[in-house]
Amino acid sequence: MPSITKPVAVHPSLKRNELGLTVRDYEGSMSTLCAGCGHDSITAALVRAIWELSLPPHMIAKLSGIGCSSKTPAYFVSGAHGFNSAHGRMAPIATGANAANRELTYIGISGDGDSLSIGLGHMCHAIRRNLRILYVIENNGVYGLTKGQFSASADLGSRSKRKEANRMAPIDPVSLGLSLGATFIARGFSGDKEQLVPILKAAMTHRGFALVDVISPCVTFNDHEGSTKSYLHVRQQARAATETDFVAPATEILATIGKNGAVNVTMHDGSTVSFKGVPPDYDPTDREKVFSFMQERYGKGEIVTGLLYIDETVPDLHEMSDTPDTALIKVPYEKLCPGSSALEKLQEDFR
Amino acid sequence: MRTGVSISSPTETRVNDFAVKLANVNGTGSASANGLLMQAIFRMGIPVSGKNLFPSNIQGLPTWYEIRVNKDGYTARALDYDLMVAMNGQTYDRDVSEVREGGYLLYDSTWPLDPKLHRDDITFLGVPLAQMCNEQFRDPRERVLMKNIAYAGALIAALDIDMDIVEQLLDEKFSAKKALRESNRKALRLGLDYAKEHFDPLPFRLEKMDANRDKILIDGNTATALGCVYAGATVAAWYPITPSTSVMDAFKEFCEEFRRDPETGKNNYLILQAEDELAAIGMVIGASWAGARAFTSTAGPGISLMNELLGLAYYAEIPVVVIDVQRVGPSTGMPTRTQQGDLLECAYASHGDTKHILLFPANPHECFEFAPKAFDLAERFQTPVFMLTDLDIGMNDWVIPRLTWDESYKPDRGRVLGAEELKQITQFLRYTNEDENNVAPRTLPGVDPKAAYFVRGSGHAKSGAYTEIPDEYREVIDRLARKQRAAAAFVPPSLVVKKPGAQFGIITLGGCDAAVREAVDVLAASGVNADFLRVRGFPFDAIAEAFLEEHDLLYVVEQNRDAQLRSLLTLETSVPKEKLRSVLVYGGFPLSARRVIESIASQMGETLAVHH
Ligand SMILES: Cc1ncc(C[n+]2csc(CCOP(=O)(O)OP(=O)(O)O)c2C)c(N)n1
Ligand code: SF4
Ligand SMILES: [Mg+2]
Repeated sequence: MPSITKPVAVHPSLKRNELGLTVRDYEGSMSTLCAGCGHDSITAALVRAIWELSLPPHMIAKLSGIGCSSKTPAYFVSGAHGFNSAHGRMAPIATGANAANRELTYIGISGDGDSLSIGLGHMCHAIRRNLRILYVIENNGVYGLTKGQFSASADLGSRSKRKEANRMAPIDPVSLGLSLGATFIARGFSGDKEQLVPILKAAMTHRGFALVDVISPCVTFNDHEGSTKSYLHVRQQARAATETDFVAPATEILATIGKNGAVNVTMHDGSTVSFKGVPPDYDPTDREKVFSFMQERYGKGEIVTGLLYIDETVPDLHEMSDTPDTALIKVPYEKLCPGSSALEKLQEDFR
Repeated sequence: MRTGVSISSPTETRVNDFAVKLANVNGTGSASANGLLMQAIFRMGIPVSGKNLFPSNIQGLPTWYEIRVNKDGYTARALDYDLMVAMNGQTYDRDVSEVREGGYLLYDSTWPLDPKLHRDDITFLGVPLAQMCNEQFRDPRERVLMKNIAYAGALIAALDIDMDIVEQLLDEKFSAKKALRESNRKALRLGLDYAKEHFDPLPFRLEKMDANRDKILIDGNTATALGCVYAGATVAAWYPITPSTSVMDAFKEFCEEFRRDPETGKNNYLILQAEDELAAIGMVIGASWAGARAFTSTAGPGISLMNELLGLAYYAEIPVVVIDVQRVGPSTGMPTRTQQGDLLECAYASHGDTKHILLFPANPHECFEFAPKAFDLAERFQTPVFMLTDLDIGMNDWVIPRLTWDESYKPDRGRVLGAEELKQITQFLRYTNEDENNVAPRTLPGVDPKAAYFVRGSGHAKSGAYTEIPDEYREVIDRLARKQRAAAAFVPPSLVVKKPGAQFGIITLGGCDAAVREAVDVLAASGVNADFLRVRGFPFDAIAEAFLEEHDLLYVVEQNRDAQLRSLLTLETSVPKEKLRSVLVYGGFPLSARRVIESIASQMGETLAVHH
C-alpha cells in the first residue's frame, strides 16, 4: 500500500510517557485512506492507547489482512513490526507468531470482509484458542477496497449507494464472540475516541482474545441515507451500555464497585478495568446476561457500545499448552536437540 | 545369479527369497498378526519389506499386506506371490488368481472352497482357523482376532520362522497384559501345530542371516518427525490428513519424551491443530517470521489449500518447511494409496511467478536426514522448502541403516541480524545487502526498534516499501529467481550409479529408488546396461545436468500420469525433450521392478531376455 513519510518535528511541550516517548513517537506513515474514513480515527485512538500504556514500539507486532482497514497498521507505530498478510489470514499468522514469541503485544487489524467472510473461520478458531491479541474489526458494512459491495455485517434492509437493500441477516461479531466463548468483547464507534481509548488499553492488557468491533463508517461507499453504518445513523442509534476506565497497575483504585452494582475487574497484570456506569442488572462478567441484553437492544435497533464482556480467568493458548513463560524462540538449540546418545537408545524400540 | 524378479526351478528349496501376500478384512486385527511376522523375519536378520495396501475405511473393506524377503536385499514390492493367505471372501477370486504358478494358497478350511475358483497349478493349504478358534475362545471379538494370530502360527511353521524370536516379541508386546499374551500364544500354537501336522515342507523357507545387525525397522513419517525434533523445530501446525497424520502424532510423542524442560517442566514446543490447511501454513509463516523453526505436514489436498499463503512466504521471504506425504490425486483421490503426483504443484505453488525448493527423500533414512536439511535451506534461503515423501515411504515399515546424529550439527539459521549487528548499521532496509546466494538479511520482531519493518505480500521495492513501479518490482522478483537457482548447490546431491557400456540412462526420484535399482540389476543380468540417477532435490543440481547431457536416451521413472518429473526436467534444464522417455506407474501401489522392466522393454521395441 502506498504510504507517505511524515515529518517528525516534536513540539517540546508534548507530554512524555513512562518511556520518555511522545505520542508522535507512536505514529506511523501518513494515511492514504479517503478523508473522513472512520478507520483513520481508529488509528488515532490506537496511537493514543499504546502511548498511554507506554509500550516499547519494537515489542509490538501489528498484523492485518487485506482491505482499507488492513492498510492501517502502516499508519501507527512505525517502530513496531508489521505484517500486512493476505485477505482473511491475519489470525493464523498472528497465532503462529504468538506461539513462537509470547512476549510481544499482538495487535490484529481487520475489516468486516476480512473477518466475517473470508477469514471468519480463522477468527472463530483464534477465539477458541484464546489467542492473546487485540483483535480489531474496523466494521463499515462494506468492502471498501473493492468498492462498496455489501459485507456480511450489513444489516437487514440497509441500503447500498445504489439503493439496493441487503436481504441477508448480518453476522454480528459481538454475539458471535459471546457464543464462541471470547473472553473480552467490546464495541466502539470510530467517532467516539473518549470511549474507545480505555477499551483498547484494557484489550491490550487482557490475557486472551480481545475482540473489539468498531463501527467505522466508509465515507465513500456507505455513508448515505438508508445505510445503518453511516455516521448519522450510528450517532443516532449508539447507546453506551458501559462506561469504562482503565487503571494501570500500582495506581490507586478509587472505585472498587461500579455505580450500578457492576464489579471492577482486575486484569492479569494487576491493572483494573473499572465500570463507571452500567445499566441496572447488567454484569459484564455474566455471559448469559450480556447475551440477552444484547439481543433485546438489537431488536430495538440500538447499537450497543462499550466494554461488553470480560473474563480474565480463562487460560490463553500458552497456558493451555504449558509452554515456558518466556518466548519459545529463546529456548537454546542445545535444549531442543535430544542428542546422539538419546537417538541410539531410542532406536532399540525400532528393532 | 538369482535376481529379484526371475523364477528359480521349482524343485530346489529357495532360502530367503520369496513373497507372501496376506488378504484380510480391515478392522479385524490382521495388522498386528502381519506386523508380528514382519518383525520376526527382521529379527532373524533377513532383508525384508512389508507393504500395507489398505482402504480408506475403518472397518470391513479389503486390505492386503505384502511381505517380501530377499537375501540380496531387493525389497521393493514384488508382484510374484509364492504364498497367498486368503482371509477375505470378498477378494477371494482375485487373490487366488494372483498366486504365481506353482505357488501356494492358505485358506480357512472351516468352510468348503468354491470349486469354481480352483486352480490346478497351485497348492491349496486349508487350515480350519475359524473352527479351531471358535472351539478355543469364547468372546466373539476374540475369536475374530485370534483367527488372524492363528494363521500367523501356520506361517511360522510353513516358513520356518524362529519361534524363540516370536515368543520374545510377544513378551515385549504384552509385557503389561499377561492374559492377552497367553491367548496370542495359544492361537499361534493352534495354527503352528496344525500346519506341522498337515503340511509338507514348502519349496521356500527362511533361514537366519545377519543382515540387520545395524538396521532398524521404521516408517518414514516417524523418521520425519524425529528429524524435525532434531532440527530444533518448536512450532508445528497441521490439519489431520492421511497419509501425513502420523508425522504429527510421532512429533507429539517425541516432544513429550524429549522436550519437557528438565528445569521448568514446561513444554519446549507448541503444536497447533489448525482449523484447516490455510490456517496451518499461516501459523507456520507467523512462527517463522517471529523466529521459530516451524513446519507443517500435509498431503496433496492440503497443499492445494496452502497455495495462497505459500506465495506470500515466497514473496515476503519467510522460511517455511512443508512436509508433503503424497497420496493419489486429483481431488480426494485415493487417500490410502501412494503416488508422486504433487511435484509440479509444489514446484510452482501459488499464483504469479513462484518457484520453490523441493527435497525428495527415498526412504525413512533420508526422511530423517533431509528434515534438518529442509529447515537449514528454508532459513538460509528465506523461502518455502517442501519435503516430498509419499504414502509408501511414510506409512510402511522399512528396514534401514540405524540413524546417527552428528553432534557437531549447528542449525543454519541463515542471515538474521541480531542486536549487535543492528547496532552497527544506521538503517535497516529489508531486501538490500544481498549475499552471493542473493539472500538479504532479515530481522526478528522484539529485538531492536531499528529492526522494525513492514512485511507485505503486495508489491515492494528492495527497501521493503510498497511499490507499483516496474523497475522496483522487477529488481526484487528477479533476485528471487536467482536465489532459487542458487539453491541447486545446496540441495542433497543427485546419486549416480554407472554401468560400463550403458545403452541408456534411467532417472528417478523418491520412493521409486529400490524398484528402479532392482530393475537396473535385472536388466544388466540380461545384458542391458543402464546408468542410474536419482535426483534428491529441486532445483536440479550440476550432477543431474551432466547426466542429462551425457546420455542420448533417458527413461524417467515416476509414479504419476503426467510425467511430472520429466516435465520439470524439460522446463528447468536444457535437456531436449526428445531424449526423455517416460515410465509411468500410477495405480496407487508401491512400484515394483517388473513394471519398470516391462515398460522399458516394450519401449525398446525388442524382447528383452528378462524372465519374470
Ligand atoms: C483472496 C482474495 N480475494 C479477494 C481479494 C479482494 N479484496 C481485497 S480487500 C477486499 C474486501 C475488504 O473488505 P473489508 O475487510 O471489509 O475491508 P475494508 O476495505 O472495508 O476496510 C477484497 C474482497 C483479495 N485481496 N484476496
Ligand atoms: S473506501 Fe471507504 S473504507 Fe476505504 S478508505 Fe475510503 S472511506 Fe475508508
Ligand atoms: Mg469493510
